[in-house]
Amino acid sequence: MDLQTLTYIVVGASFLLYIGIAFWARAGSTGEFYAAGRGVHPVANGMATAADWMSAASFISMAGLIAFNGYGASQFLMGWTGGYVLLAMLLAPYLRKFGKFTVPEFIGDRFYSSTARIVAVICLIVCSITYVIGQMKGVGVAFSRFLEVDASTGLLIGTGIVFLYAVQGGMKGITFTQIAQYCVLILAYTVPAVFISMELTGTFLPQIGLFGDHAASGTPLLTKLDQIVTDLGFKEYTAQASNPLNMFMYTMSLMIGTAGLPHVIIRFFTVPKVSDARWSAGWALVFIAILYTTAPGVGAMARLNLMDTIQTGTVGAPDGNLQYEQRPDWFKNWETTGLLKFDDKNGDGRIQYYNDKSEAFKAKAEEFGWKGNELKVDRDIMVLANPEIAKLPNWVIALVAAGGLAAALSTAAGLLMAISSAVSHDLMKGTFTPDISEKQELMWARISMGVAIAIAAWLGLNPPGFAAQVVALAFGLAASSIFPALMMGIFSKRINSKGATLGMIAGILSTLLYIFTYKGWFFIPGTAMLPNTTANHFLGIAPEAFGAIGALINFAVAYIVSNATEEPPQEIQDLVESIRVPSGAGAAVDH
Amino acid sequence: MAENNDSGQAYWKANLNLITICLIIWFVSSFGLGLLLRPALSGISVGGTDLGFWFAQQGSIYVFLGLIFFYAVRMNAIDRAHGVSDD
Repeated sequence: MDLQTLTYIVVGASFLLYIGIAFWARAGSTGEFYAAGRGVHPVANGMATAADWMSAASFISMAGLIAFNGYGASQFLMGWTGGYVLLAMLLAPYLRKFGKFTVPEFIGDRFYSSTARIVAVICLIVCSITYVIGQMKGVGVAFSRFLEVDASTGLLIGTGIVFLYAVQGGMKGITFTQIAQYCVLILAYTVPAVFISMELTGTFLPQIGLFGDHAASGTPLLTKLDQIVTDLGFKEYTAQASNPLNMFMYTMSLMIGTAGLPHVIIRFFTVPKVSDARWSAGWALVFIAILYTTAPGVGAMARLNLMDTIQTGTVGAPDGNLQYEQRPDWFKNWETTGLLKFDDKNGDGRIQYYNDKSEAFKAKAEEFGWKGNELKVDRDIMVLANPEIAKLPNWVIALVAAGGLAAALSTAAGLLMAISSAVSHDLMKGTFTPDISEKQELMWARISMGVAIAIAAWLGLNPPGFAAQVVALAFGLAASSIFPALMMGIFSKRINSKGATLGMIAGILSTLLYIFTYKGWFFIPGTAMLPNTTANHFLGIAPEAFGAIGALINFAVAYIVSNATEEPPQEIQDLVESIRVPSGAGAAVDH
Repeated sequence: MAENNDSGQAYWKANLNLITICLIIWFVSSFGLGLLLRPALSGISVGGTDLGFWFAQQGSIYVFLGLIFFYAVRMNAIDRAHGVSDD
């Protein structure tokens, strides 16, 4: 069977499964719509959380980042997993005990202030919307490459599916589809990785193969890779970070950003008990770790395969490089997407792929008659092209297409859930129309879900020019505003409404200011006040890594202001006492 | 809420101690061994590279996993010892 038909069958089957779940899991109450009736088993919730959390960025982009940056991409591995330790110990169990439906609701109640609640809603909506745009882009890319339908048609099909199960079933429908989506995406990620690891190292597990020997040469894989890339003027794959302080801050920002992302936190409201929330965070990390410990192997092996495909012989020998006319099929396929580009600068009909920015390598390149790097590779294609580069069977390639779509759709649904519950529960029920009945609130929840999906689809069809840049903002915002407010609300009885509100505002504004300084005001090109280069950054800290400092500012402002003003009222201190102990959670706090 | 305030205080203190221990290990395994201490440990080789690389791209994740389950098990015991378990 040809690849096209196979892909249609595999992707179609996965979509039918999601639609089936939509009809089976219909939410009848707000408790079901917002928190799946709080009856989700901790292991099932862990699996759903893993799908919720692992987005198109984890599935498609991360291994590519590792492939091209080597050790220098370790902040994504440590940062996006280490956040679960913070979530399990500092937030999830206490927020589950609190027993309400949304993150802004906790902030509003704990800091006895509707201003604090509204500030939290704004932070939540901004970081969730920016995140959704990225998922929609991923859906479009996967459709246009694998199903050869137009990216916008693909996007409409994808959002249509999400609409069906998210509006019908709310958190209940989303939970069950996310479990199915996790199974699809993890299979799609690990199957090709196992094949490639077998081929290159003779070891099944990429986790072991990465540190094993390269079967063809007998030298350790990473030693071999270091040698191949440095021979072509690239930085050593395993080289230490050039600025450890920046990497430290980047890792920390991703960790606390992860713990503070509302769409992840609300998943822990669905388990029956406080102790389940602790277990569930562990299970979530188990399911995430299966992908995250595979990714470094995928990255290194993809890089090795790519270099070997292009540099077929000795570096510098006239016939050492691949002839363009003899390029493999996957090369042609990806050329049509524009994500892989060849430009024969020295007119020899062969592909030279090397680091033409390296001063040290310049003399050598001239000697070889090379006139600059001739191959441009978009790092996002590494995971998607990997099975083709490794010549794996067609069904594996079809599976990867379904996996990429599952990763993007599951995260998009989780984000839309966080947005719609903030609108219907915090804004409508909580602030503007507190008198509505449960039935009316449920209707509002469905309407706001529908509107959020429509906005997401529109943004996916007309992506703002700054789409790629705003992801830094999402983590920066969650790290600098939501995480500190939640943590202080639980671990300190002294932080009052003034301290928390001013702290959140100071944290967000300082982070925004730093990002805008280097990336332009509201990302408008040409308005950056300083060039976005390491030399100009404060202590060499990149804008993406500033969230951790924004969080520190938030903590400091909240502490100083709270201590200079009155203590929180007694009932708030009692509330803090009560969320710190597990007993007494459960159905009684449902409202 | 814990009925007995002294017992409530002791429970919270036990939780904070456990969190502190876990977060020290969390920090050392990722930021320490995987990043800051990597140059000092570069002599220890692991599968074609050094120990720090392994911790940054594999080891820290396994440590995180162990920590969360360790915390969940210990906290269940502490919950029961202080009579605040939700089972």
